[in-house]
Amino acid sequence: MNNDLWQPSATIQTLHKRGKMLAEIRRFFFRREVLEVDVPVLSQAAVSDPFIDSLVVEYRHFVEDDPISYYLQSSPEYAMKRLLAAGSGCIYQMAKVFRNGEIGHRHNPEFTMLEWYRLGLDEQQLMDEVSDLITAVTDIKNFRRISYRQAFVEYLGLDIVSASDSLLAQTMREHIEVSGDYDTDGWLNLLFSHCIEPQLKGAVFIYDYPASQAALAKVKIDAEGVAVAARFELFIDGVELANGYHELTDSEEQARRFSADLQQRKLLKLPQRPVESRLVTALAQGMPECAGVALGFDRLLMLALGKGHIKEVLPFDITRA
Amino acid sequence: MSYSANQLKNGLKVIIDGDPCSMQQVEFVKPGKGQAFTRVKMRNLLTGRVWERTFKSNESLEAADVVECDMEYLYRDGDMFNFMMPVTYEQYAVEESAVGDSAKWLKDNTMCIITLWNDRAIVVTPPNFVELEVTETDPGLKGDTAQGGSKPATLSTGAVVRVPLFIEQGELLKIDTRTGDYVSRASKG
Repeated sequence: MNNDLWQPSATIQTLHKRGKMLAEIRRFFFRREVLEVDVPVLSQAAVSDPFIDSLVVEYRHFVEDDPISYYLQSSPEYAMKRLLAAGSGCIYQMAKVFRNGEIGHRHNPEFTMLEWYRLGLDEQQLMDEVSDLITAVTDIKNFRRISYRQAFVEYLGLDIVSASDSLLAQTMREHIEVSGDYDTDGWLNLLFSHCIEPQLKGAVFIYDYPASQAALAKVKIDAEGVAVAARFELFIDGVELANGYHELTDSEEQARRFSADLQQRKLLKLPQRPVESRLVTALAQGMPECAGVALGFDRLLMLALGKGHIKEVLPFDITRA
Repeated sequence: MSYSANQLKNGLKVIIDGDPCSMQQVEFVKPGKGQAFTRVKMRNLLTGRVWERTFKSNESLEAADVVECDMEYLYRDGDMFNFMMPVTYEQYAVEESAVGDSAKWLKDNTMCIITLWNDRAIVVTPPNFVELEVTETDPGLKGDTAQGGSKPATLSTGAVVRVPLFIEQGELLKIDTRTGDYVSRASKG
């Protein structure tokens, strides 16, 4: 009955387009003299982000030895930053990355991430280059930019700087029934993903995220005197495609964010994982000022080809892997 | 038994606010940074209401003991509709409220799908197509088999459907129960 499960989940025609786009991206970076790197997929440390669960692999020195846990990278970010600190200059990578439990129309637990770092640029300048890349490999030409705060005003009539959690919750419940309770960022994420994202038509950069959602971006003060993260995301027709930062280079602040993540993991009863302390050391040695971005290659291909499910652009999706 | 929100999939039956509900559309929502949600379009099997709700991925939901069985419609007795399992001859009396709009398509010996919740019938789904006799309609217009024009016709079960002008009283018609539309004349026996 399931005799066709040996077959690819994408058509051969789509795989030709996939190969062509990979080649075009490599050509784009070659012309701009950005070095391609390929950091290991396995790492002794795992991502700290509480909402990303790493896949664990057991390594043994010999067959009957006690296993050592390695983690499949959820992004090549930490290792690439160690290269930057070691003097690599501008680098990019087409990385296979892994995230436990992420499966759906736009998610496959293993996917391809295009990640790159540009020395001397800030996040606004890197948005220019993201637009250039996408224009070079797709028919998408027009990009709009709007701040996170302004997006909430425009699409929901809500000023998030003055809004209380209960107003956020109430606004959410006016749109979709929600069970459970959330913190401020939880409500913001719900509102953004359920009520704003579907309204984002065409290519839209959202920038200046709340400082509480800085992840590994610098925090700066915006024109209105509000602390914001020097972070952007790109959405195309409501699909989250890329996430970029003016990168944090302060090692002490990096160490604080790691321990805050671990603390939150503890509160949420999530697994504690070894933190990438070597990144903290690398930042202390000095990482050049830079901006970096991660872009979901498979989703870019989906958008370019008008495919509705990620499996249609993968040689073999997780059910056939 | 229970499911966590990230196990939800189409067709799964769970208890929401005390009522059995069926998952019609399940979408995994995960912002790159931030927690995962499961966004679900559900149908309340008791009221028929369809609505959307979002769950945290670690939320747990009670499974509903809901099964669907093929049963034969036997007869109506006041407010109760009587059905029988063809294999076991076990009979089920179904309340009018559970039969709902399906009542107008039921004639004796029709095979239906009965949804049972904790062994209680809550939904009756008639076959997609039924064949019913016209008991009352205006006289047919001879020769008018071209399209254009329709008239009401009352069927043996009491249902009223729009039919082409050429249809006569006593004819057997094929009806789509999902839309309530006339499909064609049915060939007799």
